Amino acid sequence: MLWIGITIMKVNRNRTFYYLKEGFSSIFAHSLMSFASVCIIAAFLIITGLFIMIAVNINATIGDLEAENVILAYVHDNQSENDARNLEPNILAVPNVSHVVFISREEAMESFIGRYGDTDRYRDLDPSTFRHRFAVYVYDVGYIVETQNALRYVQGIAAVNANPAIAGGLRTLRNIVSWISIVVIAVLLAISLFVMQNTIKLATFERREEIAIMKMVGATNAFIRWPFIVEGFILGLLGSLTAYIVTWSLYDVAARGVAEFAGFIRLVPISSNITVQVILLFVAVGFSVGVGGSGIALNRYLKV
Amino acid sequence: MIRMTDVFKEYANGTKALKGVTFELNAGEFAFLVGPSGSGKSTVIKLLIGEIAPSDGEVIVNGQDMDNIRMRKMPYLRRTIGCIFQDFRLIEYKSVYENVAFAMRVIGASSGDIRQRVPYVLELVGIEHKAKSKPAELSGGEQQRVAVARALVNNPKLIIADEPTGNLDPARSLEILLLLKKINELGTTVLVVTHEKPLVDQFSQRVIAIDGGRVVSDAMDRYYDYESE
Ligand SMILES: Nc1ncnc2c1ncn2[C@@H]1O[C@H](COP(=O)(O)OP(=O)(O)OP(=O)(O)O)[C@@H](O)[C@H]1O
Ligand SMILES: [Mg+2]
Repeated sequence: MLWIGITIMKVNRNRTFYYLKEGFSSIFAHSLMSFASVCIIAAFLIITGLFIMIAVNINATIGDLEAENVILAYVHDNQSENDARNLEPNILAVPNVSHVVFISREEAMESFIGRYGDTDRYRDLDPSTFRHRFAVYVYDVGYIVETQNALRYVQGIAAVNANPAIAGGLRTLRNIVSWISIVVIAVLLAISLFVMQNTIKLATFERREEIAIMKMVGATNAFIRWPFIVEGFILGLLGSLTAYIVTWSLYDVAARGVAEFAGFIRLVPISSNITVQVILLFVAVGFSVGVGGSGIALNRYLKV
Repeated sequence: MIRMTDVFKEYANGTKALKGVTFELNAGEFAFLVGPSGSGKSTVIKLLIGEIAPSDGEVIVNGQDMDNIRMRKMPYLRRTIGCIFQDFRLIEYKSVYENVAFAMRVIGASSGDIRQRVPYVLELVGIEHKAKSKPAELSGGEQQRVAVARALVNNPKLIIADEPTGNLDPARSLEILLLLKKINELGTTVLVVTHEKPLVDQFSQRVIAIDGGRVVSDAMDRYYDYESE
């Protein structure tokens, strides 16, 4: 945007003022059309935005589930607790391992008893029944089988227990969600571009006589185009701002509702960097739909 | 100023509108271009203002060969030509003043020049008292005066008018032609298309007549009476 501004400045201050004034005043002169354009951009961005938020949340939930999907690597009985702990760097050296948590026999037993209650029944349980173990977390569950196999070759590890079926299922689910998101967003984008282009086509059709007169008296194509670009840019920006405010308001309401009635579901907080990405996306879409739409719509009138 | 040499024009649908038109209009001249409906008058005008390209032959306007002109140079050529049409072509929501000022503004004139020049041309065409009116509040004759003012405002070397009196009664028509003649006397070359014989007969001027896409007569004071021949 900046270079466009600088370029105009260099050309002529007087002219820049003319473009801005014409762009603005034409928004008001065709206020109904302008309002419609803003609404259309906003409506599609809101739908897109909400869809993105749903997709982001589904993804985040899947991510949480995946993070809990750990591999248990059991240490050989013949290793002392100290020896067992010393295996940690070797496990960390396995590709795809993000971090490990050492669990001693005693901890394993306590957690086992804790899980199945009834302390009395297990009172006589000897901790040596249990093995020292590592809970191994991975970066990418897609390679969980490979990681599991690699862990088996770590000296001192007796057995490895993972749950590739669940991991695979989550991975498939994530892929499905990603693909549906991409398809839906692409379709929404195509629709909004189409509707927007037609809206601006209508607006320029309204002004075709004006454009013809400008050509007749010798205005350059660039000169004719600029006010429309300014107009498209402002409309696009207004549309994306509206969409941004509405989307976050709706999301905020949804997040509160979820927190109140379904506390176990965790919504991705608004303050994350998704906000920045969505704003950038909105402004980019608003800008290109506004400016691009008016550019495409104008072309047919400039070919005289 | 204008030179057409053996110009042919065939439209995309195969209509042969011009079949070898040759004429010349020198700087400072005033001429009528007459002919029956469909004879090719508007086609000549469209070639002169670069709206269409000739199929064959040479069209030169203000020293520029219209066939070889680069698209980027076209706007600058058009600034040397003032156009007037039968349907006035004014912008409805702009005032008389704004309609004329618009023509200066879109070629990048400074607001100081606009403030000086627009009142001058409005006065020249005799419409200064209606400067604040909208086109819809004016009579046809008044609207055409505004169009003449707009054609004049960028000080073109050449004014081309295609049936400027087509929508006006005889008295208003005569007024507009007298106005164009006055502009010609101030130094601008003028070419007027019309098919109204009584009007042309009032002037002692050069008349170029075309029929069937050919120049059939080009003489002073002689309206070619195509209907009786
Ligand atoms: N865009 C076009 N496509 C095809 N044929 C056309 C086009 N414009 C004009 N013609 C044809 O070319 C011929 C000359 O048309 P032109 O408009 O030059 O006539 P004219 O002398 O201006 O007539 P009028 O007095 O009715 O305005 C006519 O037969 C017309 O039908
Ligand atoms: Mg005609």
